[in-house]
Amino acid sequence: MLEDLTLKFEKALKKITGQGRLTENNIADTLREIRRVLLDADVNYKVAKQFIDDVKQKALGREVLASVTPGQLVTKIIYDELTKLMGGSSKGLTLNPTGVTVILIVGLQGSGKTTFSAKLSRHLTELKRKVLLTAADVYRPAAVEQLKQLGAQINAPVYSVEGSQDAVKIARDSIVYAKKNGLNTVIIDTAGRLHVDEEMMREIVAIKKAVNPTEVLFVVDSMTGQDAVNSAKAFHESVEFDGIVLTKLDGDSRGGCALSIRAVVNKPVKFISAGEKLDTIEIFHPDRLASRILGKGDIVSLVEKAQKQVDEKEAEELQKKLLSNKFDFDDFLKQIRMIKKMGSLKSLLAMVPGLNKALRNADIDDKQLVVVESIIQSMTKEERRNPRILNGSRRRRIARGSGNSIQDVNRLIKQYKEMQKMMKRFKNNKGMINLSNFGLN
Amino acid sequence: MSSFSDKLKKLKEGLNRTKDKIVTQISESISGKAIIDEDVLEEIEEILISSDVNYEIVEKIIEKARVKLRETKERSKVNLIEIIKKEFEEILQNYKVESEIIKFNDFKPYVILVVGVNGAGKTTTIAKLANIYKNKGFKVLIGSGDTFRAAANEQLEIWGGRVGVQIVNKKQGSDPSAVAFETLSIAKKENVDVVIIDTAGRLHTKHNLMEELGKIKRVLGKVLQHAPNDVFLVVDGNTGQNALVQAREFSKFTQLTGLIITKLDGTAKGGMVFSVCSELNIPIKYVGVGEGIDDLLEFNPNEFVQALFG
Repeated sequence: MLEDLTLKFEKALKKITGQGRLTENNIADTLREIRRVLLDADVNYKVAKQFIDDVKQKALGREVLASVTPGQLVTKIIYDELTKLMGGSSKGLTLNPTGVTVILIVGLQGSGKTTFSAKLSRHLTELKRKVLLTAADVYRPAAVEQLKQLGAQINAPVYSVEGSQDAVKIARDSIVYAKKNGLNTVIIDTAGRLHVDEEMMREIVAIKKAVNPTEVLFVVDSMTGQDAVNSAKAFHESVEFDGIVLTKLDGDSRGGCALSIRAVVNKPVKFISAGEKLDTIEIFHPDRLASRILGKGDIVSLVEKAQKQVDEKEAEELQKKLLSNKFDFDDFLKQIRMIKKMGSLKSLLAMVPGLNKALRNADIDDKQLVVVESIIQSMTKEERRNPRILNGSRRRRIARGSGNSIQDVNRLIKQYKEMQKMMKRFKNNKGMINLSNFGLN
Repeated sequence: MSSFSDKLKKLKEGLNRTKDKIVTQISESISGKAIIDEDVLEEIEEILISSDVNYEIVEKIIEKARVKLRETKERSKVNLIEIIKKEFEEILQNYKVESEIIKFNDFKPYVILVVGVNGAGKTTTIAKLANIYKNKGFKVLIGSGDTFRAAANEQLEIWGGRVGVQIVNKKQGSDPSAVAFETLSIAKKENVDVVIIDTAGRLHTKHNLMEELGKIKRVLGKVLQHAPNDVFLVVDGNTGQNALVQAREFSKFTQLTGLIITKLDGTAKGGMVFSVCSELNIPIKYVGVGEGIDDLLEFNPNEFVQALFG
């Protein structure tokens, strides 16, 4: 996500780093380049202009002259401005403690509303909410069926009315249904519509009026170009949404609309959605995104993600074992399972500073984890605890037993040994970075 | 069935938003000032970039306009729009191609693979394409190769029913290559003229999924040497500069032969097509201008630019 933007920023910043104090001239060069970076990243023309102006004002001030290295200072100014542009502190979803919380999902066609609705449902279920999904897209062929199938995947009830063309009524009735059935959260998935389609915009206004939602979320494809601000503005004028959801961030190398929508419509980005699996939803943190754009990595997200999935004590124990070099294949297996719980390796590694650059172009295959897992599972307890005894015949047996080639087994053992070596080097370097190294097989 | 002029009207209505924006703003820029100065050029830059025309292309074209302005003494009378329009027309003219339909009789069946990122509008576009081909008297068969997304089969089935075209389906989760194989086998047996293979939406950054596309293409080639005759990339008209990246990546795996730009009825843009055309040499085949079955129009470079600049 946003790697490309980060890359370009790094390039632009390099121009400044290493030079003496900032002069108006070399700021101008850099700012021009940053402007280009922003425009290439689909940041709205006007937003980019404002951004550059702000940075210029600050960079030309006294603080710059007082700086130790100009590069560091400009990095900070850009970071601060980016963060400001993207909304300051992050805001979560408003959920009513009593009664029914209604969340209305709106957006253009193909922005990812239905998939997001299912993801949000799963997310809120994790927060112990009792969720009902309402299929109010009565236009797109099989849209109702799609939501039903997604609902079934995550065990969420779906409210739909066979053959009905009345989205307003469906939405209204679903809330009655939720109340009757003891469900406290209703997510209403609506049809995609163009902001210039007056009839459809009237419908969404009518739905909003009928259900009086706690939250209206505007879903937008992160690959959207300059027009993102226009559709966001138009939707906001009609239904006054409370937050923005940025989708498809896993594939996007640009993230400009994240910067510009926030600037044009004064509402926060509440979620980002990056992946087709239903657990790939994250709360949006503008500050982290800003630091990520600047190539600093998203260490905080990684920590949070890890905390959610990993039993901390277990992790601590592992770390101790690692540092004392008693790390065996049992631990290896545990570690792999934790990583698998956390999501794809690539998305995980992208968040680690330093590694980010090296791995940006690396092709990481999550299937490799499955192979590793199967090999370790075919080892005896003794072999796992004491990998040194793994001789030729044991390796052959493991290969047969796990359905892999002997080369696969050899490779894993080699990797294990290398990792042990690496761990020795990391002995004095505590912290999250350790966790990420397990993925590098 | 709407008449051709109706369709044209629709395209123009959509593009007029772009036109209105660009032309009125440019005209205002020019008429408002006696001399075309840097401010005016900057204003033009803003208008073009706001329409998603790539920064480099805008720079190039403005530079050319600047040179041409220097060559004349009466700067106020230079028709800046004409200069810019010609430049844009040139970009598109180089990539004009003939319609795939005239080749349908040379290959039996003619095979078209349709690819794109999630939510671009592939399935709807396929239904519209099938409708065009069917109305020209060809027997069409669609392979439902999106075996991933929930209810993708059902969506295509409903469209198939509306258009009156047979769909080849397999269970969700099955190998899309197997769907492609089966569709071609049935097409050969049943004397089908045109086969369209739908695929699951995938982001161009997902290596494994892109490999899968390559495999589908290879499987098609094994059943029929000439297949696929065409690979169309469907791009959401709302997309910004990412369209070029998408086209580049999809091209690596499937050698694209054409672009289809969707959702052009609702937005004031489409400017990213210029960079896709000029960098990758891929022609635009169709534009989607609405949700109705007839809302897919053959792309016409002249009309496009004409409508863009009035």
